[in-house]
Amino acid sequence: MRYRSMRHGLWMFAALALLCVSTFSQAQQQELAVQEISPGVFVHEGVTALMTRENGGAIANIGFIVGDSAVAVIDTGGSVQEGRQLLASIRRRTNKPIRYVINTHAHPDHLFGNAAIAMSGITLEGHKHLPRALSSHGQYYIDAFRRSMGKLMDEVRLIPPTLLVEETLHLDLGARPLTLRAWPAAHSDNDLTILDEQTGTLFAGDLVFLTHIPVLDGSLRGFLSTLDKLSALPAKRVVPGHGAVSDWPGVLAEERRYLEILASDIRRLVARGEPISAATNAAASERSRWALFDEYNARNATAAFSEIEWE
Amino acid sequence: MLMSHPLRLLGIAGLLSGLIAACPVPAASADGDDLWSGLAQDIFGNRSMNDGSEVIAIEMPYRAEDAAIVPVTLRTRLAPTDSRRVLTITLVIDQNPAPMAAKFELGSDAHVSEISTRVRVNNYTDVHAVAELSDGKLYMNKTFVKASGGCSAPAAKNADEAKRRLGQMKLRQFARPEQGAADRPRDAQIMIGHPNNSGLQMDQVTQLYVPAFFVNELRLWQDDSPVLTMEGGISLSEDPNIRFTYVSNGAKSFRAEAKDTAGHVFRNEWKIDNSGM
Repeated sequence: MRYRSMRHGLWMFAALALLCVSTFSQAQQQELAVQEISPGVFVHEGVTALMTRENGGAIANIGFIVGDSAVAVIDTGGSVQEGRQLLASIRRRTNKPIRYVINTHAHPDHLFGNAAIAMSGITLEGHKHLPRALSSHGQYYIDAFRRSMGKLMDEVRLIPPTLLVEETLHLDLGARPLTLRAWPAAHSDNDLTILDEQTGTLFAGDLVFLTHIPVLDGSLRGFLSTLDKLSALPAKRVVPGHGAVSDWPGVLAEERRYLEILASDIRRLVARGEPISAATNAAASERSRWALFDEYNARNATAAFSEIEWE
Repeated sequence: MLMSHPLRLLGIAGLLSGLIAACPVPAASADGDDLWSGLAQDIFGNRSMNDGSEVIAIEMPYRAEDAAIVPVTLRTRLAPTDSRRVLTITLVIDQNPAPMAAKFELGSDAHVSEISTRVRVNNYTDVHAVAELSDGKLYMNKTFVKASGGCSAPAAKNADEAKRRLGQMKLRQFARPEQGAADRPRDAQIMIGHPNNSGLQMDQVTQLYVPAFFVNELRLWQDDSPVLTMEGGISLSEDPNIRFTYVSNGAKSFRAEAKDTAGHVFRNEWKIDNSGM
């Protein structure tokens, strides 16, 4: 009996050791690729695509900033898997505690990874309207993304922010001040930006798109007027929600052109008395300039029409 | 008569939202035909359903671009020589949490021949249009819509703006290319600012469902003659919007009255532009 149980114990030990080794190597493999774009500022650039099982939902730019005493995570990605990979990436670069997880807005590609990182001792920052957006959109997202993400959705939890940003909020990571700013309805009605004062790096969330066609889920007029105010922020470079890290604020020109053409095309259709079904042809001249144009333009145009016809 | 319908709309909403909470992927797995036969039973009782392909057309885009704003057009197909008249058209979005989107009652002398509105589409779904004719029979036609992808959701994009617009009304009148004499069909569009909240979302602080808050009744008249009456549900998009083709009776004014589930009554009146526009 004793012998058998000891042998059993040895087997268990061996199995556990193997498990540790394989988990460790898996963790190594499953780190999210990040680039240090500025001292202490790390960014994973998402692929320009829709969220799928194959890309693990990793389509948005997400990142983290390391201060003298703490780390802030900015968006957690499109799946808990991606969030976990981001965590592994952080842990390989610093032992400092993660104190803040900041969500730039309610869209799935930016916060489906929350469950991987949000834990006790960490506060979650979000726009004052983020909780409202999560409750009106969240369950629908969880149901709808099962179609393209399958089992990856099993672990996704909607974790609302614990610290709301009314207008601006200052955080300090230890000799590293961050300024969080909540914007009026633009890309969505809960957009939040993060400025790393020390390096002049702006995490703009989906207020800035490059390559990936801008997506309108808030207010077209608000988006355009927000761009004016946003461009005045004292940043040197921007991490867009989608697209390459770029110089500030020159990068805004492309996005502004698209939104202005969309607005003027829609105004013309409304003035002519066209029905909303005609909106899908608006901004057609922009087609060759953007990735995912066919996936989003008709939708942007439909939303814009329903806003502009109230002018 | 009219009062019983909003209650039924709510009843269906309540029932189906309960089902949704119980199983994670409810609608997609339900068989479309079975679902429709159950819905038809709930909404129309035991009345038999006739092929409506010669009576009523329903047009929607094959893919819902924006889940919150999917255009739908209902068009009567009766020949001018047909002695029958369309009394009502009911729009049903099978896989939505509250499938009965709207019921339109057509004014007896307004000759409404086309109605376009905007609806929320939650899933891949059949959408049915059922016309009740003056022969006392029901005629059904249907189409299919794929749900939208990406971060589009059948909910408010700008919740503050929706609240600010509560109760605003706008009437637009359009020229039709063939328009000439006053008795020719003409187009108009009525817009009502309203969040049309589904009530299906939970408040994260109180863990209670936000009460449904939507336009459940809309009536339109040219002078005192009814043009169109609508009973609406939560499947209608925010800021309910109805564009319709009708024939003027020579009236000088257009009147609208909308009621919502919170007991608000919104009224407005406009001069009809008879200049040929």
